[in-house]
Amino acid sequence: MPDNTNTNSFQKQKNKDEMKKQLISFALMIGFTIIAFAIVAAEVMDKMFAVPLLLVLAVVQVAFQFYYFMHMKDRGHEFPAMMIYGGVWAAVLTIAALVAIVWW
Amino acid sequence: MSHDHSLNPETMPQEPEKATLEGKNKFLGLWFFLGGETVLFASLFGTYLALRNSTANGPTAQDLFGLELVFIMTMLLLTSSLTSVYAMYHMKNNDFKKMQLWLGITAFLGIGFLACEIYEFYHYIHEYEFTFRSSAFGSAFYTLVGFHGGHVAFGLSWLIAIMVRNAKRGLNLYNAPKYYTFSLYWHFIDVVWVFIFTVVYLMGKVG
Repeated sequence: MPDNTNTNSFQKQKNKDEMKKQLISFALMIGFTIIAFAIVAAEVMDKMFAVPLLLVLAVVQVAFQFYYFMHMKDRGHEFPAMMIYGGVWAAVLTIAALVAIVWW
Repeated sequence: MSHDHSLNPETMPQEPEKATLEGKNKFLGLWFFLGGETVLFASLFGTYLALRNSTANGPTAQDLFGLELVFIMTMLLLTSSLTSVYAMYHMKNNDFKKMQLWLGITAFLGIGFLACEIYEFYHYIHEYEFTFRSSAFGSAFYTLVGFHGGHVAFGLSWLIAIMVRNAKRGLNLYNAPKYYTFSLYWHFIDVVWVFIFTVVYLMGKVG
């Protein structure tokens, strides 16, 4: 089965293209991290505005990590997606409950 | 030996980590585990968010945290996530030596991260007398960040164990899933760290 192996040049090129995408995601993740630290270090932004922005930057960065670095965008990742989103669902409920009990 | 041949084929399949039933099971099992880990860390994050202002007249987040060290730690862990991507790239190209090399770099960066964290805790305890028992904030902080550090330490032991164990075997369909599941776990550790540096350190500094 010669066309199903990584010795063929088509597959090698595909792996290379994939690696390029991952390098771009890495650059973006570094960028998001630097923006997040800069927002806090500069101390110019209001707390009400800075905190949601920091959280959004974190969520975007994590999405890159899951979809590119951990290949969730690839075929055959329906079960992994279900498990992670199941976990995220329970996580959101847990955090909402624990934060809500100290709100008052 | 037919069994040996099926694990060491002449030409590796495109996705050696999922080419066997055992590999597929390990892949699904690890993702199931990560779903559970998400919930575990959520309970620690929720506890921290609930208790982070209960400082009992001890040091507060603003007194303690320094952004420089956290930034260095973030860069170390994020880069180690990329180096493990490189390792998996070489695994797919069936280049065992380069895979081991990039995993070695990953381990090196992970050790650097852990050393920074140990220094950080040491610094808090000795300079600020901020311990696990100082306040509810202290307990929640050390539990959350320490649990993540524990995961890094466990991941490092896992990585070094599979690297040493398979050093002379080379890549085959039996150990490819072991490497791949490790890389997923390592990325997940970085995911948790992204939320720790955001929620604990950056939001702690903002107030």
